[in-house]
Amino acid sequence: MSHNKNAAAVEQILRSSGVDVRKCMRCGKCTATCPAFDEMEYHPHQFVYMVEKGQIDKLAASPSIWHCLSCFACMERCPRQVEPAKLIEAVRLSVIREKGQNHLKPEDVPAMLDEDLPQQAITSAFRKYSK
Amino acid sequence: MQRIGVFICHCGTNIAATVDVKAVAEALSHEPGVVFSTDYQYMCSESGQTLMREAIREHKLTGVVVCSCSPRMHEATFRKAAEKEGLNPYMVEIANIREQVSWIHKDMAQATEKAIILGRAAIAKVHLNKPLKAGESPVTKRALVIGGGIAGIQTALDIAEAGFEVDIVEKQPTIGGKMAQIDKTFPTLDCAACILTPKMVDVAQNEKIKIFSYSEVESVKGFVGNFKVAIRKKARYVDEDKCTGCGLCTEKCPQKKVPNEFNMGFDTRRAVYIPFAQAVPKVATIDANNCTMMKSGKCGLCAKLCTAGAIDYKQQDQIVEREYGAIVAATGFNPLKPDKFNELGYATCQDVVTSLELERLMNAAGPTAGTLLRPSDKTHPHTIVFVQCVGSRCDVENERGKSYCSKICCMYTAKHAMLIREKYPDTEVYVFYIDVRTPGKNFDEFYRRAVEQYGVHYIKGQVGKVVEENGTLKVQASDLLSGEQLHIDADLVVLATAVEPDKSARSIATMLTASMDTNDFFTEAHAKLRPVESPTAGIFLSGVCQGPKDIPETVSQASAAAAKVIGLLAKDKLTCNPCVANSNEMLCNGCSSCEKVCPYGAITYSDKEFRGPNRTTLIRRVATVNEAVCQGCGACTVACPSGAMDLKGFSNRQIMAEVDAICKM
Repeated sequence: MSHNKNAAAVEQILRSSGVDVRKCMRCGKCTATCPAFDEMEYHPHQFVYMVEKGQIDKLAASPSIWHCLSCFACMERCPRQVEPAKLIEAVRLSVIREKGQNHLKPEDVPAMLDEDLPQQAITSAFRKYSK
Repeated sequence: MQRIGVFICHCGTNIAATVDVKAVAEALSHEPGVVFSTDYQYMCSESGQTLMREAIREHKLTGVVVCSCSPRMHEATFRKAAEKEGLNPYMVEIANIREQVSWIHKDMAQATEKAIILGRAAIAKVHLNKPLKAGESPVTKRALVIGGGIAGIQTALDIAEAGFEVDIVEKQPTIGGKMAQIDKTFPTLDCAACILTPKMVDVAQNEKIKIFSYSEVESVKGFVGNFKVAIRKKARYVDEDKCTGCGLCTEKCPQKKVPNEFNMGFDTRRAVYIPFAQAVPKVATIDANNCTMMKSGKCGLCAKLCTAGAIDYKQQDQIVEREYGAIVAATGFNPLKPDKFNELGYATCQDVVTSLELERLMNAAGPTAGTLLRPSDKTHPHTIVFVQCVGSRCDVENERGKSYCSKICCMYTAKHAMLIREKYPDTEVYVFYIDVRTPGKNFDEFYRRAVEQYGVHYIKGQVGKVVEENGTLKVQASDLLSGEQLHIDADLVVLATAVEPDKSARSIATMLTASMDTNDFFTEAHAKLRPVESPTAGIFLSGVCQGPKDIPETVSQASAAAAKVIGLLAKDKLTCNPCVANSNEMLCNGCSSCEKVCPYGAITYSDKEFRGPNRTTLIRRVATVNEAVCQGCGACTVACPSGAMDLKGFSNRQIMAEVDAICKM
């Protein structure tokens, strides 16, 4: 079983996110809610399960962590208070902190703005820097 | 000096695995007054009791301490055994070294030390124990059932069948409850009304049963065998005895626009109404909030039409006082209103309905005469999405729903899906589920039939979003097994909402001094062995008020509660608890504190003559306890400022002796 593999990495993600993955009852409401579903390689419910299984490296390497809009709809709707978005955030931060690997440069953002861009996406973009 | 025997129970390994029972027996054998101390594998067993009885005989014991499980489990067992040897049962004390020691400690040294200390406290108490004799109280041979749904109906019928009188108090104008609103019942698909209404008629015709409809329990006094209940008969502005239920008034009343609560608001009723055709009692009720006559004094049409002269606009609420030996709570449930689930669109889309609403939309006596039509445009829905677990199985911290599984939704959704596919084969039915839970006789077979025979699409996943666009409900959902996100254009969305206890349950529980859990379900006396009794003596539980359950289970529990009530009412006298309060008149200062705190009204004050100094007499106001009414709760002993009130078997001296023994190292 892979449950004990990467125990330290799992522990770190759980601690920095404050999420209790054991609360998940595999209902799939998060994935049902996710507006970025089509862009995501791994979907919110898979995030929860993969963290539990210790597949942190797989998640860290996935473009999903950058495609997540940080809209927090999955957190809001989760009946079990599992909050998948916080896990995604924690994995993304671990990548940014270790490698300084920003997804976007702050100075690039203004050029990307247009009238149709939702406020949420702008806010979300700023969650993807090391600051 | 007492001659005390100490018995340490192993409870198999329940105690012995964590507590060094031999060491406890040895340590307690040195306590003052202890002449015999031993341990045994199962003290509650026949041979354990024999061991105790022989010790009482041989060592001429005057007091017994059993270190074992909670006194709630076996205090009565050990007291009975002691009584057989001629020892007064109240000379037996229990030290709880299971629930309070072995089950909550891991470290053997610590647990053993605590067990010795608790044993020592019990020994200290026995030194001050006095033989007590229990009195007797009579039993009123009548039962009260609160709630007239299928649970209350079945309980009442069974009690009446045994020959005892029963009153049903129902707050609605008719009995029948939620089952009357249901269309078909799983797993046999018989029509709910066809099996319920004959029972309602049985209730109406049974001479032993009296129905207080449109009534509520106002107050409850007394105790097991001797309850005094005030029932508020709400004014229905129609004389129940005169009304023949002809229904003329309900057809002619000009106020037509009152939402019909029986049909979940899908159609309207008049201001004077009979909830449904088979209502019991079949008597009209005037809804004062909507009646033009009651509001402005201008109408009076129903009074003019009524040939029986039953209409009475001046009717007042009436309080009826009745006495009972037992009370059954059958207060039932309501479906949770899903308006906090914004993403599911219940509050904004007319075609998002709850399962109970769907029952009315499919019922032959419902607003559409049984034809399934969308509430918005009255057209046939061709794609229907069912969402399971709405408001059930939520985290305890989640404010939108309940932490428990509502238990009935999986089955009724399978029923709905099946009935729809049967009647309208051109309709596609999707059911989004987390788990399909079908434990019950013929239940899983029923669900499989919905899938295999009727082609209902069961999808493991949840619905995340429902929005209305040009009359179509855009449903966004997850399909976890295929890893897809689905987008379905639905015509109707049905939410399987959680069941929650009726709002009135909490205030009724307070009146009954019956305990409840955090979800407002009544708590049973023992989850496994006393499932239909409340921990409060004389209070019994029937139906969903104790926890979610379907109709077969409700009926079983209702009959079980009736059996318990019959067992109680069959007795002529009940043995009272001898551990009652008594007042030391020499110390009583007549302050009335105890009278004010007594929940049973057991304390009265009277003026008494006392001898004063120098051959004078003086009159003092002192408290007297009515021992038949006192339940031994001890509230008065705490309230008494002068130390005059004391509780037999739990005297202040005994409690202090226990505390001293615990503190003595």
